[in-house]
Amino acid sequence: MSKFKKQKDSSVPAVNTASLPDIVFMLLFFFMVVTVMREDNLLIENRLPVADQIEKLDKKNPISYVYAGKPAKGYEKFGTEARLQLNDKFAEITEIQAFINAERAALREELVPYLTVSLKVDRDANMGIVGDIKQELRKANALKINYTTGTGSAMDN
Amino acid sequence: MAKRAAPEVNAGSMADIAFLLLIFFLVTTTIPKDSGINRKLPPMEENDEDVIIKQKNIFTVLLNGKDQLLVEDELMELKDLRAAAIEFLDNGGDGSCDYCNGAKDPASSDNPDKAIISLKNERETSYSAYISVQNELVAAYNDLRNRRALQIGARRGFPEMDFVLMEKSYKDPKFIGNKDKLKELIDQIRSEYPEKLSEVQ
Repeated sequence: MSKFKKQKDSSVPAVNTASLPDIVFMLLFFFMVVTVMREDNLLIENRLPVADQIEKLDKKNPISYVYAGKPAKGYEKFGTEARLQLNDKFAEITEIQAFINAERAALREELVPYLTVSLKVDRDANMGIVGDIKQELRKANALKINYTTGTGSAMDN
Repeated sequence: MAKRAAPEVNAGSMADIAFLLLIFFLVTTTIPKDSGINRKLPPMEENDEDVIIKQKNIFTVLLNGKDQLLVEDELMELKDLRAAAIEFLDNGGDGSCDYCNGAKDPASSDNPDKAIISLKNERETSYSAYISVQNELVAAYNDLRNRRALQIGARRGFPEMDFVLMEKSYKDPKFIGNKDKLKELIDQIRSEYPEKLSEVQ
């Protein structure tokens, strides 16, 4: 029956791209949801050491970040020794107590005892500054700390 | 006048707009990956009374300014530290520790409850070396606890789980199982191998 014999179109039909925006939107929403904008602008070098016996920092509890390391490129006028950074600027060791108190004041009261201080210290910093920071944190009674590290074998440090 | 149909909006550039947004978020995304070693600092108040601790119950680890490791006054490589710490903690010299597998050497620690690791560093020590040592000492405790968890876990209804996995499951809201029993088991193992790490200022 020649009725069913369609005239065959020999050219390849174009791929339908109507669903392309949907796919792209899906990706877009994924990245929008997981995006966390950087809170602090780092003025220091901050290459974290690695360790393998690590625990995840619990996001349910409030976290304050304390950075330390050598001033980064462009900030050489602050010297080559490891410096402390709180929020967006260089700070002195003595400012830690005020910083912790300010962080506490911003929290709901029931969360204050759970405040964890995350120490993000550059691997090349020496323990002098870390010891000083720890001493100040003890004075401020912020005793829960976390040495924030990357993941890897400790032998590579 | 002929009725004109409303022209269709061209949606061809929608993909471009979406791509633009996508690329923006791709670039600004930092997937948070914060993890590290949790520690608790000792509180500030001074207690005057000196607790007398037998020398044999203290495992001294000194990290000097040149990042050299001195364990019990002898030079040691970092890779041997974990085994040495396990040997010390698991010694069980006074025989009161029936789950210890150590050498029961009377010259070493009495039992895991009394054994204290004392970590000392100098101001010139580098932070990465310090973290490595902390990591190895935590690993020593974790190894012992894992072993203990595998030993007694099966009888308590948590077979094939080591200590690290137990802690993870306890925090996991999707974990199916008796969390009260798990907590009890975790606390028991914690008290059998308590983490006694003191840092000298």
